[in-house]
Amino acid sequence: MEYEPVIGLEVHVQLNTATKAFCGCANVFGVRENTNICPVCLGLPGALPVLNALVLKSAVKVALAFNCSIRDYIKFDRKNYFYPDLPKNFQISQFDKPLSERGFLDIENNGIKKRVGITRVHMEEDAGKLIHSESEPFSYVDYNRAGTPLLEIVSEPELFSPEEAYAYLTDLKMILRYLDVSDCDMEKGSLRCDANISLKPKGEKKLGVKTELKNMNSFKAVKAGLSFEIRRQTECLEGGEKIVQETRLWDEKKEQTFSMRSKEEAHDYRYFPEPDLPPFSFAQKEIEEIRASLPELPQARLKRFMDSFGFLEKEASVLISDKDLADFFEACLKVLPLHKKIANWLIGPISAELNNRNVSICALGLTSERLVRLISLVENGTVSNLVAKDVLFQMLETSKDPDVIISEKNLSQVSDTDELKKMIEEVVAANKKSVDDYLAGKENALMYLVGQVMRLSQGKANPKMLRDLIAARLKQ
Amino acid sequence: MAISKEDVRYIANLARIGLSESEIEHFQKQLEGIFEYIDQLKKLDVSAIMPAAHVLDIKNVTRPDIVKSSLDPKLVMDSAPAKQGQFFKVPKVIEG
Repeated sequence: MEYEPVIGLEVHVQLNTATKAFCGCANVFGVRENTNICPVCLGLPGALPVLNALVLKSAVKVALAFNCSIRDYIKFDRKNYFYPDLPKNFQISQFDKPLSERGFLDIENNGIKKRVGITRVHMEEDAGKLIHSESEPFSYVDYNRAGTPLLEIVSEPELFSPEEAYAYLTDLKMILRYLDVSDCDMEKGSLRCDANISLKPKGEKKLGVKTELKNMNSFKAVKAGLSFEIRRQTECLEGGEKIVQETRLWDEKKEQTFSMRSKEEAHDYRYFPEPDLPPFSFAQKEIEEIRASLPELPQARLKRFMDSFGFLEKEASVLISDKDLADFFEACLKVLPLHKKIANWLIGPISAELNNRNVSICALGLTSERLVRLISLVENGTVSNLVAKDVLFQMLETSKDPDVIISEKNLSQVSDTDELKKMIEEVVAANKKSVDDYLAGKENALMYLVGQVMRLSQGKANPKMLRDLIAARLKQ
Repeated sequence: MAISKEDVRYIANLARIGLSESEIEHFQKQLEGIFEYIDQLKKLDVSAIMPAAHVLDIKNVTRPDIVKSSLDPKLVMDSAPAKQGQFFKVPKVIEG
């Protein structure tokens, strides 16, 4: 029998506010353990949480960007469970009256566009961090992360392949980055994803029993984990076994999911309204003000780049995929109105370099001024495109201006007719056969000779002049 | 609504409270009293009353996103029952 997977994703994203969700402790990553803690985030008796205004605002921004409706009446609830990373023995979260519901995200996978439902976006707080001792029967607790503002973004079970899940996550992260509400760094845990997946016979309406996958540290891991789980569940079903509803952990090294084998204890969180936090509500005017303050989002920017610059969707997609890259493009454009040339540099060699180094354009050590200068030097004939690429890499290595590199390495294009002619004579003398071929009508031979002179000039010969000069010389 | 001993054990376990057999019987009776009271409340006509999640008539209380000084970690750790460096030390827990 053929089975179809049904996938729903739950994304947790840490907000990049200066302080935690309910107290004034700094919301920072990578400081010494237990330095940003106070009575509120430690859950000491009598401490009162107060919601960070910016958390609420950022949450509304995200909800609106995902086309959710903001509830008229918003409240927080306590989710009760015992675990050492949770100092209060409950997590402040939202249960039945969350911030927002019923949104959607338009994604594109393999050229096919699709609308995926967003069930809800709600606010909650992160837990602390546990380090388990390998040699001793102890765990060590750091509460710096406790109380960090989190948004939970839940999709409808409307993703039907690991690839769609990947596209959903990529587009979701892109929007969050555009909103500048989180650094979305999965390695630091500021963006995390759990996945629910079940299989059903092809064409069947009723959903099968699902498993929940956790511990995937990258979007690629989500894709791999889901692919594995589809194979595993398919084998189970084909072997006549039943799928057990359970949480499974992705093991990156073994490339498999494993049952968490949790104790047979039903999750009974006994949600109840958080008595220490009052409810929240917005006037329609306030929501519209926040909506108006949203930056241009990726889809709008894509359309604008295609409409105003005549880019193909493929080209514009690369530029807008990273907000910083798109900003960089527009910064260059302000100085040098050659959108096509700038785009070619960014989509080509610079994107390749960003991928190689796995960094954003901001961390590449390239300023828009320097790139624009380099492009101008190509445009005014100082260097060829080929040499310019080399100059670019040296700019990245040395952080020097392109002019400095070109003069230090003597890379200026040779546009001096006499100098070029001298090199042409040398090549013509050494390649009698190609000259004869050309004269016999083989056009290709000309390109070969151009290539030889280019080599002799170490790539510095002005290609256009060179072609003209050789053609003229051969016709003599 | 009757509360069984099993219900009491389940609730006690969720709250991480250890109860002896006699305590279980004791709380069984008390909880039953509470539930009977709730059953009485259920009979009231509340159709004209708005549900309330909060007893005070306040809403939209927030604070600005401005960092305040945290506690001195040394003082906090001095109050911890067990520590390792600046970490709280607890019996080993493995996810699950």
